[in-house]
Amino acid sequence: MDYLLTFIVGGIICVIAQIIMDSRKLVSGEILVIYITAGVILSALGIYEYVVQIGGCGATVPLTGFGYSLVKGTIRAVNEFGLIGVFTGGLTATSAGICAAIVFGYLMSLIGKAKTKY
Amino acid sequence: MTQNIDDRKSFERAKKNTRPKTNYIKNSVMAFGVGGSICLIAQLVTNMFLSWGLSESEASILVTVILVFLGSFFTGIGVYDKLGKFAGAGSIVPITGFANSIVSSAMEFKAEGPVFGVGAKMFSVAGPVIVYGVVSSWIVGLVYYLYLLIAR
Repeated sequence: MDYLLTFIVGGIICVIAQIIMDSRKLVSGEILVIYITAGVILSALGIYEYVVQIGGCGATVPLTGFGYSLVKGTIRAVNEFGLIGVFTGGLTATSAGICAAIVFGYLMSLIGKAKTKY
Repeated sequence: MTQNIDDRKSFERAKKNTRPKTNYIKNSVMAFGVGGSICLIAQLVTNMFLSWGLSESEASILVTVILVFLGSFFTGIGVYDKLGKFAGAGSIVPITGFANSIVSSAMEFKAEGPVFGVGAKMFSVAGPVIVYGVVSSWIVGLVYYLYLLIAR
């Protein structure tokens, strides 16, 4: 049951992105920016927390979940460190993902050759 | 002049007729299946880590790192872009797609050198994502901080 909900929530989040992309003729970069911003706004309003409780990784793996981590980290850091937390919280919470993306991204681009135009 | 306008009109007509029709249903089904499956795999690995006694935050960090690695790796060997052709948003929106955007832009601009090619262009998609994410969450944090000040 847990896994079914993950699949459905993750699937629905991707379908919404697909419909926005198809109808507005957006490229991947634009939908990613929309999604991370939407994730931040929905998390700030406390709505995304419910989606995460229902969907687990179905809600945290799409890029809206990245926005959720940013907000969650910021709120936690503000509670702990006050004004300093406004600046440290978001990137601290997402540092592992960003670091992995830069390091693996760089290394893999050295190995790979561009075959298809992005 | 009239000739030009006629040409333009017939060009617009031809463009409308030859543009491939967007198949919303097929695209959505593919996005649902692939996107849902990526999330499902992430959940399976998370639960495996939790059963090993890792904390929830450790498990989610490890899973993020693994997904980013897989996204980068499959882009590097040329598989992820093939998946993207039919999966659409199902392969773009998950965190693996974020990694894919970094590797594929870096590979594409390899010829422009290690600094302004790979180093700069790898962020052509991921950069804006980080900018909007950090700025918007910074605003949320500031508003929350001010709210706490007033509420106290």
